[in-house]
Amino acid sequence: MIIDLPRFIAAERPTWNELEQILDRLEADPYRQMSLEEVQRFHLLYQKVSADLGRVATFASEPELKRYLESLTARAYGEIHETRDRSTKFRPVHWFVNDFPRAFRRQSGAFALVMVITIVAVLFGALATAFDEEAKEAILPAQFAHLLDDPAKRVAEEESAKHDRLDGAKSQFASALMANNIRVSIFTLGLGITFGLGTIINLFYNMALLGMVAVDYVLAGQTVFLLGWLLPHGIIEIPAILIAGQGGLVLGRALIGRGDRAPLEARLRSIGPDLMMLIYGFAVMLVWAGIVEAFLSQYHEPAIRYWQKIAFGVFEGVALVWFLWFKRVADRSEEERS
Amino acid sequence: MSAALKIQTPEGITFSFQLAGPVVRCLAWIVDFFVIMVISQGVGFLGQLAGIISEDFAAAVATLGYFVVSIGYGVIAEWSWRGQTIGKRLLRLRVMDAQGLRLQFHQVLLRNLLRFVDMLPAFYLVGGLACYFSRRSQRLGDLAANTIVVHNTKPTEPDLDQLLAGKFNSLRQHPHLEARLRQRVSAAEARLALQALVRRDDLDPAARVTLFADLAEHFKAVVTFPPEIVEAMPDEQYVRNVVDILFRTKTADTRAAVREIAEV
Repeated sequence: MIIDLPRFIAAERPTWNELEQILDRLEADPYRQMSLEEVQRFHLLYQKVSADLGRVATFASEPELKRYLESLTARAYGEIHETRDRSTKFRPVHWFVNDFPRAFRRQSGAFALVMVITIVAVLFGALATAFDEEAKEAILPAQFAHLLDDPAKRVAEEESAKHDRLDGAKSQFASALMANNIRVSIFTLGLGITFGLGTIINLFYNMALLGMVAVDYVLAGQTVFLLGWLLPHGIIEIPAILIAGQGGLVLGRALIGRGDRAPLEARLRSIGPDLMMLIYGFAVMLVWAGIVEAFLSQYHEPAIRYWQKIAFGVFEGVALVWFLWFKRVADRSEEERS
Repeated sequence: MSAALKIQTPEGITFSFQLAGPVVRCLAWIVDFFVIMVISQGVGFLGQLAGIISEDFAAAVATLGYFVVSIGYGVIAEWSWRGQTIGKRLLRLRVMDAQGLRLQFHQVLLRNLLRFVDMLPAFYLVGGLACYFSRRSQRLGDLAANTIVVHNTKPTEPDLDQLLAGKFNSLRQHPHLEARLRQRVSAAEARLALQALVRRDDLDPAARVTLFADLAEHFKAVVTFPPEIVEAMPDEQYVRNVVDILFRTKTADTRAAVREIAEV
């Protein structure tokens, strides 16, 4: 119980002002490092303001004062009890070459599951097309209607084309591909909020389509064309979508929480940084894939030899595997020391 | 009245955030939608300038520009303005960490990217329903990112001097009972009585009599003043005197200090 309110305010006000100044500085510069003495002082001030709030809280006649101390306590609480790393500075190259592969490897279990789903879906699509002539027409969406035609006919048309159909529109086509693919991938990851089920269905459907198209071209004897057409961009684009699926499954697993005793908030909190890096990683990959698809994949023999396109795709694939699995990433402790 | 999220610190202190409901959030989103449209128009104009170099390049800038603005606006605004966009500023809302901790960049990114799911099937139906049924008014993006959206308002007090001016308060003749009343009445009870006085003219006559009779009975049970003072006093006058005691304890210095602090 506060007996003399004016005296209480006069005595405590310097403490409140000092804490407020520290908070203003911290909020203005989130990268600011406090010395040990400053941290100790900050903690002491926080405790004093908390105690003042406790005293004022039961004092009916001071709602403004109570609200002011509540807001001060809430701001200081957020700073004092935050145990996560301070937000790192904007380092896009470092994020891509170090944090992205690190997050990918840390969540490799989810990627393994994505691979299993992909293999099953591709096999399903391939077998459906091989054994049921109507399957392709029934499953392919309207946007892929051009793939319903005979693959051999399309190859003949592409190889005999006299004009570049993307002449003067390559950049526009590349940007549309990038925007669409990134949107679809984010959606695939976001569907992880349905406990991963939406991600699995979305992945299965897309990979089944891939299996259908692939086997259609193989059965028509157009395997070389298929590889020359898909490999240069697909070797990056498809893994990027799989990484989005990996993110969705990570999110779904955190929501389900099987085998993890941490509460839901803690589980979601722990996967946030990894999801961010996976999103960043697949977005960069899809930008590259969009450029390759617009500027290279759509050109066929005789403009460019198939073996050259296939070799380029294989090279990209090997580089991607090395980058995601085997490239040495900067050591965390070394980074912190530097 | 929207729900509140209470947070208790390890020091045993409790503070609360007023959660924003789906309607007010929708209004903020409509404002942001128009802001995105305006920025996209600006980017489109820049794209037209790029058309001097190449029409193909100009079209690419316009396509990517809209995509980046529609996704990046919320992320950059909420990160730069500590959880606020222009729409949220106008509607006095703020995104916060669900545990009251510092908002992290990955939280801002995730909640904004998951709009793609919240928007389904149209007009944020999934997100709106999730927000309506969620205990903490969270759409799916908020749930995944562990964030909440709270009201960022500072309610203003009614002008007590005008409300209570010029009235003699006979309860003040007993300072010890006056002090006991301040000690025993909770903040919620005090606010209830104040609100009843502020809104008294909006009430039906019968409801007004009943409400003040109930309030007066309650406060009489909390502290018993001498019968010769309260017997002839109407219930509404009794409540007015109680509010006067609860809210007008300050000396001029204290009042000025509190007002100054509240304005900071």
